[in-house]
Amino acid sequence: MTAVVELQQVSRTFPGTPPVEALKPTDLTINKGEYLAIVGPSGSGKSTMLHLLGLLDTPTKGTYFLDGTDTGALSERERAGMRSARIGFVFQAFHLLSHRTTVENVMLAEVYRPDSSTGRRERAIAALEMVGLAHRLDASPTTLSGGERQRVAVARALVSKPSLLLADEPTGNLDTTTGNQIMALFEELHGAGLTLAVITHDDEVSSRAQRQVRIRDGVVDPVVAAS
Amino acid sequence: MTLLPGGVDPEDFESLGQPQAPNQDPTPAPTEPIPQQKTASANPGLDTPPPTDEEQVPQSRFAWRDLLGEMLLALTARPARTLLTALGTILGVAALVATLGLAKTAGNQIVSRFDELEATQVSVEPQQGAFESNRQTSAIPWDAEDRLTRLNGVTAAGTITPVETNNQLTRSVPVNDPLGQTEFQIPVVATSPGLFQAARAQLFTGRFFDEGHNERGDQVAVLGPGAARRLNISRVDNSPAIFIGDESFAVVGIIADTARKPELLNAIIVPDGLAKDRFQLEAVSEVLIDVEVGAAELIGIQAPVALAPNSPEELRAAIPPSPTRVRSDVQSDVNALFLILGGVSLLVGAIGIANVTLVSVLERTGEIGLRRAMGATRRHVAVQFLGESVALGGLAGLLGTSLGILTVVVVSATREWSPILDSWLPFAAPAVGAATGLLAGTYPAWKAASTEPIAALRGSA
Repeated sequence: MTAVVELQQVSRTFPGTPPVEALKPTDLTINKGEYLAIVGPSGSGKSTMLHLLGLLDTPTKGTYFLDGTDTGALSERERAGMRSARIGFVFQAFHLLSHRTTVENVMLAEVYRPDSSTGRRERAIAALEMVGLAHRLDASPTTLSGGERQRVAVARALVSKPSLLLADEPTGNLDTTTGNQIMALFEELHGAGLTLAVITHDDEVSSRAQRQVRIRDGVVDPVVAAS
Repeated sequence: MTLLPGGVDPEDFESLGQPQAPNQDPTPAPTEPIPQQKTASANPGLDTPPPTDEEQVPQSRFAWRDLLGEMLLALTARPARTLLTALGTILGVAALVATLGLAKTAGNQIVSRFDELEATQVSVEPQQGAFESNRQTSAIPWDAEDRLTRLNGVTAAGTITPVETNNQLTRSVPVNDPLGQTEFQIPVVATSPGLFQAARAQLFTGRFFDEGHNERGDQVAVLGPGAARRLNISRVDNSPAIFIGDESFAVVGIIADTARKPELLNAIIVPDGLAKDRFQLEAVSEVLIDVEVGAAELIGIQAPVALAPNSPEELRAAIPPSPTRVRSDVQSDVNALFLILGGVSLLVGAIGIANVTLVSVLERTGEIGLRRAMGATRRHVAVQFLGESVALGGLAGLLGTSLGILTVVVVSATREWSPILDSWLPFAAPAVGAATGLLAGTYPAWKAASTEPIAALRGSA
């Protein structure tokens, strides 16, 4: 099995007096097609992990291979390109642009890609079909329910066919029912071969993953037996 | 670097020469310089994930077309707000355009109202100091008229010299009225024949003397209306004669009026060919030249040279104030105040744009974080925000220019002026607006670029 993500002794220290070691040296591998949950309370280093995995931040020490590429050697522009092409982000707060239609929001994901100026709308529509929103293509996000908005966000993450879908508290702003629907969607996508990493504080959410790791005080431990 | 299908060079805002990963990257990953082949299929199915290695690292790009699209969407998302933001700049540009246009228009009105008679008149006199004791020596030759009419732009020229008659009285012959006064002190002026045309004299009756009279030294005179009335002469068909001292002169014509040289109206005008002999006239004191419109300045330079090639500096040409000088004087007066006003409105407009753009950066932190996550570099974010404020400024410049031109037209219409605008103005003014936007957007764009995506994404949308 090829590894999509491979962290080798990755740590992140924030400068200050004293310096804060938000993530202690960590080894973590996410294989292709895997569904991993990273669970931990707030302040545990979850966010740091998210930003490192999402190439929004660089490790202080250690090496992070994404799709076999050493991300430490990349320029900002190349890391931005990797974010665009290899990683799909789903956020707790959805982050949809309220003045654009559903399909325009999904199309936004390809703006920063080098090779995507034709068929952008068609790909966006196809992605929305995958999350079951083909009937709301031209709706404004303000008229959508929370669950629908998060599904638009998932479609936006999927449109670039990422190697890794990175979800940050994807159900945090949703009620239990719609949260379950999103989790069901994730399972469906996982079943189709997508590699997922869900970062959450919610054990119930993490328990639905194929594999869990728990992060606490910057230390990542595998969870052997889910409850 | 490949061109996007849209023909837009994707090598856009990033610095040049990013090293290509396959050749120089020290990663252990086995990479080869095979261009990444993404399928353009409409189906983002998950069954064909991209190959994980043997690929070069993709670089983030922000094509011009996408940038323009994003800018357009940002400006049209809230039209009312966009318009209000741009209001200061709109008014500033409008004030500038209206000021420049109205100054130009008004300046031209003043010029066109300018006295045509004065604008076509040039006179040449000897410089002060060219007189030696009582004897007047002048650099103006007797054939001044011939020399000057050869110049292009001169329509007529004539010499004019007051004649010293040693207080000789003038009388006319036929009437012998013991009660009335019959002898008068009337000024005598010697001129060349062309003077009548140069002074735009109109005949009341008879004729002007001509070149023939002048050359032969005929004893002829033309009377100004005042002089004719005093001498009691009202017709010339009976060949009246007048006596200046003991010299007799045949009156050949009476002037009705002159446009220039009003002193002719009360004078007896004799040919200077005659005056040279009879009155010992030694030098011409002035040359009056009638020129075509616009030629005054040129003739003012040429006439002294034509008259006195050896010593043109001894002659002084009096020319009317040139139209261009009049215009620029008027303009500079009108402009100064309003240009300051326009500049202040522009400054206020720039502050307005900067303020709203800054607020919008704070409002859109979520969007900024999202864009960063989706592959935008800091520079892409900066360029987008800068582009939005430049577009806003440019839009404001366009609206302001239209408003300013409209103002010029309306004001001109009410004053019955012909509106005049420098042709560069409608092009430069929107650029001023865009420059305002650029200036105003710099700080907000920098602020947007330095937004941490980490913080931005955790904030609520």
